[in-house]
Amino acid sequence: MFENLNYLQLQHYWWIIISLLGGLFAFMMFVQGGQMILGKISKNDEVLKTMLINSLGRKWELGFTTLVLFGGALFAAFPLFYSTSFGGAYWVWMSILFCFIIQAVSYEYRKKPNNFLGQKVYEIFLYINGSLGVFLLGVAIATFFSGSQFYINEHNFTTWENSLRGLESLGDPFNVLLGISLVFLVRILGAMYFINNIDNEIIRQRSISSIKIDMIIFLVFFLNFLYFLFTKSGFSYNENGYVSLEKYKYINNFLQMPVVGIIFLLGIVLVIFSVFNTIERKKTSCIKIAGIGTVLTVMALFINVGFNNTSYYPSLTHLQSSLTIQNSSGSQYTLTVMSYVSLLVPFVLAYITYAWYQMDKVKITEEEITAEDAHNY
Amino acid sequence: MDASLIDYSRAQFALTAIYHFLFVPLTLGLSFIIAIMETIYVKTNKPKYKKMTKFWMGLFAINFAIGVATGIIMEFEFGTNWANYSWFVGDIFGAPLAIEGILAFFLESTFFAVMFFGWNKVSKGFHLLSTWLVAIGSNLSALWILIANGWMQYPVGMKFNIDTVRNEMSNFADVALSPVAISKFLHTVGSGYVISSLFVIGISAWYLLKGRNIAFAKSSMLIGATFGLIVSIFLFITGDESAHQVALKQPVKLAAMEGLYEGKTQAGIVAFGILNDKKNVDNDENTYLFNLEIPYALSILGYRDSFAYVPGLKDLVYGNEKYNIESAEDKIKKGKIALEAFKDYKKFKNQNKIEESNNSKFLFETYEDYFGYGYLDNPKDILPPIGLTFYSFHIMVSFCMWFILLFMVILFLLLKKDITTQRFWLYASLYSIPLGYIAAEAGWIVAEVGRQPWAIQDLMPVGIAATNISSTNVQITFWLFAFLFTALLIAEIKIMTKQIKIGPNGGH
Repeated sequence: MFENLNYLQLQHYWWIIISLLGGLFAFMMFVQGGQMILGKISKNDEVLKTMLINSLGRKWELGFTTLVLFGGALFAAFPLFYSTSFGGAYWVWMSILFCFIIQAVSYEYRKKPNNFLGQKVYEIFLYINGSLGVFLLGVAIATFFSGSQFYINEHNFTTWENSLRGLESLGDPFNVLLGISLVFLVRILGAMYFINNIDNEIIRQRSISSIKIDMIIFLVFFLNFLYFLFTKSGFSYNENGYVSLEKYKYINNFLQMPVVGIIFLLGIVLVIFSVFNTIERKKTSCIKIAGIGTVLTVMALFINVGFNNTSYYPSLTHLQSSLTIQNSSGSQYTLTVMSYVSLLVPFVLAYITYAWYQMDKVKITEEEITAEDAHNY
Repeated sequence: MDASLIDYSRAQFALTAIYHFLFVPLTLGLSFIIAIMETIYVKTNKPKYKKMTKFWMGLFAINFAIGVATGIIMEFEFGTNWANYSWFVGDIFGAPLAIEGILAFFLESTFFAVMFFGWNKVSKGFHLLSTWLVAIGSNLSALWILIANGWMQYPVGMKFNIDTVRNEMSNFADVALSPVAISKFLHTVGSGYVISSLFVIGISAWYLLKGRNIAFAKSSMLIGATFGLIVSIFLFITGDESAHQVALKQPVKLAAMEGLYEGKTQAGIVAFGILNDKKNVDNDENTYLFNLEIPYALSILGYRDSFAYVPGLKDLVYGNEKYNIESAEDKIKKGKIALEAFKDYKKFKNQNKIEESNNSKFLFETYEDYFGYGYLDNPKDILPPIGLTFYSFHIMVSFCMWFILLFMVILFLLLKKDITTQRFWLYASLYSIPLGYIAAEAGWIVAEVGRQPWAIQDLMPVGIAATNISSTNVQITFWLFAFLFTALLIAEIKIMTKQIKIGPNGGH
């Protein structure tokens, strides 16, 4: 089946997979969003906090796993990106990794007796993971549009041309806008998840209040990000792979790929619609629609920057070093083999959905959390 | 690249891998032991087995968290610290990592939540299935990462592409079913199973020594010791196959494992030995200050023939015509020809000189197999640290023998005697827990240090694999990781010991 696709089609197929994983990861970061608003919603009531943490604690690993898969898929399908970005923007990625290591232990260790660092430290870890981790990821993703300073030699080995090794991307307001937008988006998702997963009126009320404020901030930053994105020049390449700047590249991409543009708009509308339904109609299951909206929006952004002869990882210092899905991908054979493996993704999504359904049929209650034989975080 | 960058990059990866491998083996084996316990519970419906399952599951969760945390670092360190490597072999190496994510990680993480929080939410059968799926997922994860590692030890199923300057996959089955990868997987998971069995019998022994939870401890010990005896014999068999593969594919590593400087037929294995540190490949000093040898065993282990010739380090550095062993010096010369031809090819191609570039390409392809050697300067550069490899190998093997004996004795005492009175064996069980970890880490050292200087055997020395970055950056992250991992390890040990002290009756 996949043998019948040509090299470029396989590259496109794999960029769609990467885009899907990126979208799913953004959605799964509702866990990080929830971690950021723990204090705000629990107001240091230990029972409420335990309910919130246990609600998130049953899902955190899937986000972690999606990040690992996102990295693995990039390694296999676009190894030149893997070596260029991870090796180049060293400090950004290392900082992100630090933010994620401290999350992994925090749920399990936080309330265990004799836990060496104390409960408060693990809660601070969760906050750092939620806020700084998400912000840095947003900044790193924004460089897909804004570019970075690197040079790739004829052996395809990378030289990073800024001694800050990726931290310089924090100096670009465009990157910061996406970073902050992502932070507030995942806070909204986190609050919606609480409303859906926990049977408690106080949590519901406080989550709605949180969403109201976060939605305004999100819209301010995200609309600014979109304004800059759609008015800036983008990195285009021709049939010989020659990269040049093109005015209004990213808005043109949506116009020239209307399906992607519609997916993008639909995604945003779904998120806004979910927020409206949560606040005004007091619906409790909007995380599902908001999740779909997030996945679609992020997917469309990734496809925008990867398709239509666009360089998805541009070099600011040496334009011809810019990475495209054509010059940075794995070989045709590897992409073909991996494509067969990718057929397992729907199966994986199906069993995750089934397991979630089984676990979430009954919402978390105070009785469950305070039961003596419960395995609690 | 400066030496300190390479050293720190290696040290950072070694640090991560060593910490990671402190946690993963217990996850691999304990997940199966828990699944067995829960299966007994579902079959018998006796609450004591549910309590047993939940207790060991609690310890499993504490350990699991750091395994996951250190695992993510390893995946991304290939990119952050070994960027050149990532490009050079990413076309092949990335695939198993991605498959690991799809096939294994999601299985683990999805059903982990059901396993811990689903006791009162899902049916007994679905819960048991979830527990088994976590065990299978963990072990599948090990399979794919060890396929990737096996490929680094024995690169197959690929072709070097001179235009993209990387190795590209040509046969996935060769990569996935490589005999080195399979034996490596079986041996490594086997070591995890043994560690887990030691963990269960050791902690159970502690309860017996304290006179607490006697029935619980005896039952746990019986399951742990039975599982341990079976898997330690399995470990011995897979170790034998692993060493056989090393002899065939990495003869320098085998010679280093045995401190074998002079090649010989009917070669024996050193059962116990102390190396003479004055010995090197250029002198005639005695290799050992003291040694006990099992005759013929190395020839049999390496080549399944008691009369087989086992090449020594001298043969491999300086060559041996009689046995058709090429010297490292010749390999380096050919490698440098390949390297020059490669550079010429690039130069002529850029100048559009078709004929010259074709000639260079032909010359390159003639010596392509030696390409990696072109980056070495001295024939002795092919030698790994001999002492470290030798002692690590012997510690691993000796401890494995001890574990088999221990499991047999414990089973005998449990079935035929009153084990609560056998304090020596109870203490032996308790103190064997760290020995299991030492043996596993020693095995890792044999595998990874023993293949130096190669990042990819014969293809890519570590010196050119690293990211082009100032060593200060890597030094900083090395110390940050060292600090963080150590803090987390201390936390784990303190929580574990506390939970064990609380025991199965006082936990959740």
